[in-house]
Amino acid sequence: MAESNGTLRVELVSPERVLFSGDATQVITRTLEGGEVAFLPGHAAFLGALTENHTRIYLADGRIQNVAVHLGFVEVGADHVTILSDAAELEEDIDAAAVRAAKIRLEEQLRTEHSTEVEAELRRTHARISATGGLSTGH
Amino acid sequence: MAGGQERILRGRIRSVQATKKITRAMELIAASRIVKAQQRVVAAVPYSDLITEVVRDLSAAGAGSSAPLLAGRGEVKNVCYVVLSADRGLCGGYNAGVLRATEGEIKADALAGRGHVVVAIGRKAESYFRFRGYNIAESFAGFTDNPTYAVAKEIGEYVTSLYESGQVDRVELVYTRFITAGSQEVVQRPLVPLEQEVTEGGDAKAATGHDYEFEPSPDTILETLLPRYVEARVYAALLNAAASEHAFRQRAMKSATDNAEELIKNLSRIMNRARQDSITTEIMEIVGGAEAMNSGN
Repeated sequence: MAESNGTLRVELVSPERVLFSGDATQVITRTLEGGEVAFLPGHAAFLGALTENHTRIYLADGRIQNVAVHLGFVEVGADHVTILSDAAELEEDIDAAAVRAAKIRLEEQLRTEHSTEVEAELRRTHARISATGGLSTGH
Repeated sequence: MAGGQERILRGRIRSVQATKKITRAMELIAASRIVKAQQRVVAAVPYSDLITEVVRDLSAAGAGSSAPLLAGRGEVKNVCYVVLSADRGLCGGYNAGVLRATEGEIKADALAGRGHVVVAIGRKAESYFRFRGYNIAESFAGFTDNPTYAVAKEIGEYVTSLYESGQVDRVELVYTRFITAGSQEVVQRPLVPLEQEVTEGGDAKAATGHDYEFEPSPDTILETLLPRYVEARVYAALLNAAASEHAFRQRAMKSATDNAEELIKNLSRIMNRARQDSITTEIMEIVGGAEAMNSGN
C-alpha cells in the first residue's frame, strides 16, 4: 500500500467461502431503501442491508471488479468494507449470454402471470446484466 | 471328509478378503473426504464470524428489542430438536451418539412437562425417531455427507417458521462438532431464540463500539439479518457434522479392515492345520496299506 489510510480493504464473503478480497479506492453498492452509496477511504462506520444490485469495486491498481450482489449486508469502517451475501457472483463467473436469454424469458413470463418469485429473479438478472457490462455492450 | 473342511475354510477366507477390500476402499474414501470437509468448515468461518459481529453491533445500537427471534418466551412449552445424523450407517457410533443425546434430552423434557418436536436431518435420525414413535415435524435427507448452503437455508426457514408460528418455544441443534480428525464431540446448541451472550458480546470479541450509521433503520436491517444468521448457524453445524461423519466412518472402516485381517490370519491357520491333518491321514493310510500288502506277501 502506498499510504496507510489511502485504500480500503474490501472483502466479499459468502457462507461457503471468501469470494473476493483486495485493496480498493472506492466501492459503490445499493442499499435496501436508500439507493446507491459510495464508500471512500475514511468513511464513517456504516451498516446497511443491500438489495439486488451491481456493486463496483474500484481496485487500487485501477481495475474495476464488478459483482452482482443478490441481497446481503455491508459493514464499513474507516479502512475496510465487508460485504456479506449469501448469493453474490463475480463478473467473470457470470455467463453473459445465458443471463440475457433469461431476462427475455422472465419478462415474457411476467407479462402473463404476476409472481414475486419471478420478479426477484428478474431483479437478480438485471444486476447480473449490469455487472457484465450492461445491455448495449456485448461482452 | 478332511478335504471338505479345507474347502469350506478356503471359501470363508475368500469372502473375508472381499469384505476387507470393500472396507479398505471405504476407509480411503472417507479419509480423503475428511480433508475436503475440513476445508469447507474453515472456509465458512469468516462469514459466520462477520455475521455474528454485525448482529452484535446492531444489538449494541439498541435494535431488535422487539424482534421475535431475539426475544425468548417466558414459558417454554415445546422444544424443537434439530438432529443432525448421517444418511448411511457404517460409521461406528456417529449416529448413536447424537440420537442418544437427543433422546435423553427429550425424556428429560417430558419429565419437566415440556413437549418435543423433532426435525430429523439424515435418514438415520428419521428412521430412529419414527420407529420409536416420537413426534417428527419434518425430515431432510440425502445430503449429509456434502451439505450445501441452499439446504441450510431450507432448514433455517422451516425452523424459523416453526418458532414464529408458536408451535415451539425453543429450538436446539444437536450435532457432532468436528474438533480435529481424531476428536469430535456431540454438542447441543440453542438456535432460536438467539443466545443472550451472542447478542450482548459474550465470550468472543466485544462489540466494536463504532457509532454506526444505519441504512435502512437498525430494526429493518436486523429483521433481514436474523434469518441469515440462523441459516449460517445451521450451515456451520451441517459442515461440522459432515466432517465428523467422515472421520467416524474412516475410523469404523479402519477397525473393520484390521478385524478382517485378523480373521483371515486365524482362518488360514485353521485351514493349514486341516490340510496338514488330511495329508498326514492320507500318508498314514498309504503307509498302512503298503505295510499290509508287504506283510501279506
